Amino acid sequence: MKAELMDFDKALELFEPVLGFEVHVELNTKTKMFCGCANEFGSGANTNTCPTCLGLPGGLPQVNKKALESSIRLGLALGCEIAEHSRFARKNYFYPDTAKNFQTSQYDDPICHDGSITIELESGRLVTVEIERAHMEDDAGKLTHMGGATGRIQGADYSLVDYNRGGVPLVEIVTQMIEGAEHDAPEIGKTYVAAIREIAKALGVSNARMEEGNVRCDANVSLRPRGSNVLGTRTETKNVNSLRSVERAVRYEIQRQAAVLSGGGTITQETRHWHEDTGITSAGRPKSDADDYRYFPEPDLLPMAPSREWVEELRLTLPEPPAARRKRLQAAWGFVNLEFQDVVNSDLLDAVEATVAAGASAQASRKWWTGEIARLANVAGVAADSLVTPVQLAALIALVEAGSLTDRLARQVLEGVIAGEGTPAEVIESRGLAVVSDDGALIAAIDAALLGQPDVLVKIRDGKVQAAGAVIGAVMKAMRGQADAARVRELVLERAAAIE
Amino acid sequence: MSEITAEQVAHLAYLARIDLSPLEITNLTHDLGQIVDSIAKVSEVATADTPATSHPMPLTNVYREDVVVPSLTVEQALSGAPDRAGDKFRVPAILDEE
Repeated sequence: MKAELMDFDKALELFEPVLGFEVHVELNTKTKMFCGCANEFGSGANTNTCPTCLGLPGGLPQVNKKALESSIRLGLALGCEIAEHSRFARKNYFYPDTAKNFQTSQYDDPICHDGSITIELESGRLVTVEIERAHMEDDAGKLTHMGGATGRIQGADYSLVDYNRGGVPLVEIVTQMIEGAEHDAPEIGKTYVAAIREIAKALGVSNARMEEGNVRCDANVSLRPRGSNVLGTRTETKNVNSLRSVERAVRYEIQRQAAVLSGGGTITQETRHWHEDTGITSAGRPKSDADDYRYFPEPDLLPMAPSREWVEELRLTLPEPPAARRKRLQAAWGFVNLEFQDVVNSDLLDAVEATVAAGASAQASRKWWTGEIARLANVAGVAADSLVTPVQLAALIALVEAGSLTDRLARQVLEGVIAGEGTPAEVIESRGLAVVSDDGALIAAIDAALLGQPDVLVKIRDGKVQAAGAVIGAVMKAMRGQADAARVRELVLERAAAIE
Repeated sequence: MSEITAEQVAHLAYLARIDLSPLEITNLTHDLGQIVDSIAKVSEVATADTPATSHPMPLTNVYREDVVVPSLTVEQALSGAPDRAGDKFRVPAILDEE
């Protein structure tokens, strides 16, 4: 059902949006949070389950130390305090996505709390997002609704459950209320989630692929009339699993709620579902008695008291913050914003950095990665950095800059390298692709071309240098393209003057 | 006497999906009240230097290494399921969250 929407600018004139985000980051540990079942995406249904993650009698959960370590590192990267005492709690609910009838989560003693990150919007505006907490929990199984016409739960006849994902470790990062977002509200949502994703990826604690559900966002939006300091009723939009969707969902909720409120209606506190295909949210269930989760401390798990020494050791393993790294690299490489964004958006920052480290110039590295290599990768449907190594590309760039290869020949060499024919030098050797740099051979060909086109020769001598193009073309053809056109041009002008 | 009411017990029973008869609700209201009173009594003697605990053993930091151990087979995993379809558990459609 299509809701009535108010124009975005008009909505901002009448109301102030207040935001909040809950981002779930799935950790890439080898095993699940509380048992030794493999944490794998794409295994056969129900092949990674055991009595513990199925909630069968006799199952005894134990905390995965690596998951705890990853959670602490993520918390540290978000500027959080790490709790001296932390414990798990049961969040009780009945739904077939968990066979235990509770989710093992954290309630009053989260592992990480009170952090913040500063994000930069496209306008250059800096926004500091306060993090209330980041806690550990286990993921639910995957439900597939069968029957009915839509594949959604409404009208489904029954559901199928795969518990492979049940028990996979998650960190849920909860922000404080974000006020003062104003017109930037949708962009703040997108940029914040992008920043969390980037940090998790840089830490190596998550595969951080939104399309595989490694990073999932719930967006809370409420509006209050201008001049009021009373918070409006909020909705929580779930299922927002791409950066673009976060932006769209926040914008949509602002426009929808503004229309409801200014029409004299009230906002129901509820979860809403985001529909990627239609770009709308729809009402889920209202908050009710069913939200009484009866949290209580998990009796099967012992409390955690991470030592301060361990926490400080982990702090030393943190990588350079992604935002700071981007600033540093852009300055070092001297790229304009557009060039740098191109590299970042293509996920080629690491590749360009490694190519520069291997001795190539930043501009040449960028041009090859975002140009020819990205094009070939796109054709092949693979990631650009899986085609060639930075060291191979640096060698290729060095050959171009030394004048041994023209750009055209270099592209052929690149194809050879990608086809597994060896290093650039080996491909040149086996395919016979080096530039003809022997001036003697070039001069012979130029003289022949000039004498074959005496009218052109006269024109060049009269100072009409653009006429040289015809001769250059003939020479390049005679050299089968394996000559440096700039050098040929130089020699053509020299010979035209010198020739008898 | 504690302030546990029959309404609270009925609510708790609903949350836990336990079907209680009126007699059971009356009895449980009484029993739970006694339990709450007993704990209140213990709390009286617990001084400020007695930290609250959720666990009887004075143990912390018991962890498992991140090493894969064999899982159940699909057949074992599904052996207790009331219903199945292929290698998945089959459950009634429940109108709740997607």
